[in-house]
Amino acid sequence: MSGHPRRAAITGIGVVAPNGTSTDTFWKSTKEGISALDRITREGCGHLPLRVAGEVRDFDPPALVEERYLVQTDRFTHFAMAAADQALDDAGLGRSDTDAAPFSVGVVTAAGSGGGEFGQRELQQLWDKGSRFVGPYQSIAWFYAASTGQISIRRGFKGPCGVVAADEAGGLDAVAHAARAVRRGTDVLVAGATEAPLAPYSMVCQLGYEELSTVDDPERAYRPFTAAACGFVPAEGGAMLVVESEDLARERGASVRATVAGHAATFTGASRWEESRQGLAQAVLGALAEADCAPEDIDVVFADALGTPEADRAEALAIVDALGAHGTRVPVTAPKTGTGRSYAAAPVLEVAAAVLALEHGLIPPTPNVFDACHDLDLVSSRARAAELRTALILSRGLMGSNSALVLRRGAGDAS
Amino acid sequence: MTRRVAVTGLGVVAPQGIGVPAFWDLLSDGRTATRGITFFDPAGLRSQIAAECDFDPAAHGLDPEQIARCDRYIQFALAAGEEAVRDSGLDLAVENPWRVAVSLGTAVGGTTRLEHDYVLVSERGKRWDVDHRQVGPHLHRAFSPSTLASTVAERFEARGPVQTVSTGCTSGLDAVGYAFHTIEEGRADICITGASDSPISPITMACFDAIKATSPNNDDPAHASRPFDADRNGFVMGEGGAVLVLEELEHARARGARVYCEIGGYATFGNAYHMTGLTSEGLEMARAIEDALDQARLDRTAIDYVNAHGSGTLQNDRHETAAVKRALGAHAYDTPMSSIKSMVGHSLGAIGAIELVACALSLTHQVVPPTANYETPDPECDLDYVPRIARERRLNSVLSVGSGFGGFQSAVVLNLPREETR
Repeated sequence: MSGHPRRAAITGIGVVAPNGTSTDTFWKSTKEGISALDRITREGCGHLPLRVAGEVRDFDPPALVEERYLVQTDRFTHFAMAAADQALDDAGLGRSDTDAAPFSVGVVTAAGSGGGEFGQRELQQLWDKGSRFVGPYQSIAWFYAASTGQISIRRGFKGPCGVVAADEAGGLDAVAHAARAVRRGTDVLVAGATEAPLAPYSMVCQLGYEELSTVDDPERAYRPFTAAACGFVPAEGGAMLVVESEDLARERGASVRATVAGHAATFTGASRWEESRQGLAQAVLGALAEADCAPEDIDVVFADALGTPEADRAEALAIVDALGAHGTRVPVTAPKTGTGRSYAAAPVLEVAAAVLALEHGLIPPTPNVFDACHDLDLVSSRARAAELRTALILSRGLMGSNSALVLRRGAGDAS
Repeated sequence: MTRRVAVTGLGVVAPQGIGVPAFWDLLSDGRTATRGITFFDPAGLRSQIAAECDFDPAAHGLDPEQIARCDRYIQFALAAGEEAVRDSGLDLAVENPWRVAVSLGTAVGGTTRLEHDYVLVSERGKRWDVDHRQVGPHLHRAFSPSTLASTVAERFEARGPVQTVSTGCTSGLDAVGYAFHTIEEGRADICITGASDSPISPITMACFDAIKATSPNNDDPAHASRPFDADRNGFVMGEGGAVLVLEELEHARARGARVYCEIGGYATFGNAYHMTGLTSEGLEMARAIEDALDQARLDRTAIDYVNAHGSGTLQNDRHETAAVKRALGAHAYDTPMSSIKSMVGHSLGAIGAIELVACALSLTHQVVPPTANYETPDPECDLDYVPRIARERRLNSVLSVGSGFGGFQSAVVLNLPREETR
């Protein structure tokens, strides 16, 4: 091997979230700490004991995606196609750029809930009317790979295509997977996750998660790190990023927003939150080592913030276990309390927020959390200005995965 | 310094092939495991046939609690995992758990249980506002595809990177490919990898019916799966799971482990053409094959056997034949290429891992499994498909390819360690 290894840069961001369906509106709501959590309004859900969620409300698929793609896809793929378009526009990559070398552009998504609304409709056709009433798109709309496949086809990308489903933490793993693909030689990847888990049957499926919040007051339903922590609020939406070779980004004059400097993932068992302390700390140490980064270099932590007392305690302790005394001093935030947790997409939204925070020198707050009861410097009611170079993003999944990602602002070095 | 990746353990649950010895007997005898569906009444379906596993979880060491909690596809993965880990001779209690990873694929995950509980909560499809009080206690585990890798990781106390891979019908190859990269890149020393699916359910059969992808040869199920044959008319649904233990080669050698083969290379590309359609050129699959060969540092003439995707649909078998000819050139005509889907059906995400187990066994036994039911050549499929009878052959390097919805095309090269070349 010769020369320096290829570094992975983030050059584009696309967001479809409860608190904003563009990067600008998302960042405005995020930095102002505006919560989008609200009572669920989706048809067929009113009777369920899950009352609050983060719904994406001002999203108009026909205005964004061609009819022929809309009819064959679920809402989660609508989000993915729209977010991918935004991210590619943001990165300045048009069709003429990517058509010239289709094998050098790949797609990787994480997925945790699949095409639930589409699937429920077709299940209803099958069981109410019979197998001949199941439509031709069920086989391609419901499965977890739908978004990766449709983005690849719609935009003509023939590079490595991947789908990870490692629960919530899978969102970070997808971004890391893209960064590794860049290191292995692919020029550009569109990477991220979007979810749409708010169809009635999908909601019923989630009721089995003991960490789910069933509080019906939107301001009190998701309050991690407080004495009133009562679980998490689910959400839909997500983000897609353009991850590309830093050298190539510079060559084409694109702005390097951040570099993916390090990542590591561990596993400590489903809902074994006490054990997640060690797993998360190990993941942080692994990510720091890959990023060649000291604990003191971390300027801000985007926490997983699950929202149960046991899980929050484990995370607060893990941050200190991994970062030492710096762990009690470094600003910690969790903007996801304003959007809810969109499963695998939640940590990708946090990556988007972290890139924007690094760019603006502003740490967004943690909505509805103003009385933290752990030994952390939690950025609570309003955004905090700070010189930010390096961000650490944490995620844990309900099925036991822990993941940590280190981002550096702008180009990876001054050369 | 390149880290090499060895296969040191194998486990499989396949139709009429539960456990490696039974599986290899089936393949080397060229028998077929396809039959009329018995799991539910298939009346009204266009395709009423499948390759079902006669699987007794209790006989494979699962306790009643595991049996109640785990969906069938996870039970397959647990059983195959037990066999593979035992076969590897690894004592996981003495390994560093943070260096043990899990990477498992599934295409449709828990959909069989999702459908089962859906019927209860919707009053058989009558209500959109489903009644949550009717659900069983494990539905959330079926909802999350991560349950697959998580459950297997808990069983073997793995603490390294654990992920479920879900790229449709290439999930099995891709999960093993990710595992290969995980070890090669130094993020783990051991990876329990493979794939599992149990898709023989009304909704999954109906959705493939809707696009006429499955064979309607209901009156002759034993001969219904006919890859590359001129009379093929679709795939036959299957189910099953397979697990391979991958290990960094020096780690394996240091403990004196049996090395079945190495993973030489893995690549995947998208065709960016159609979610279910394939081009006639096979350009993207050819590219995946070339990339995997490059990683393995092998010339195309080194490939001794191609384990085909060979689903038995009209377009797949032509596409694949074109891709292999494009990638291997004239050597394609001298290289046997067979589809075990002729015998065990197409178990969606699982089949890629089952086929890699078949490839590892082919290298071990120096035998190429046949394409059962192959009788009448299709002029557009003009390679050597190893009709009906297994064939002895000197094998050092084999290629397995997969193709799936979404346009994904994947390739894996397995080879005997150079030091052990025959």
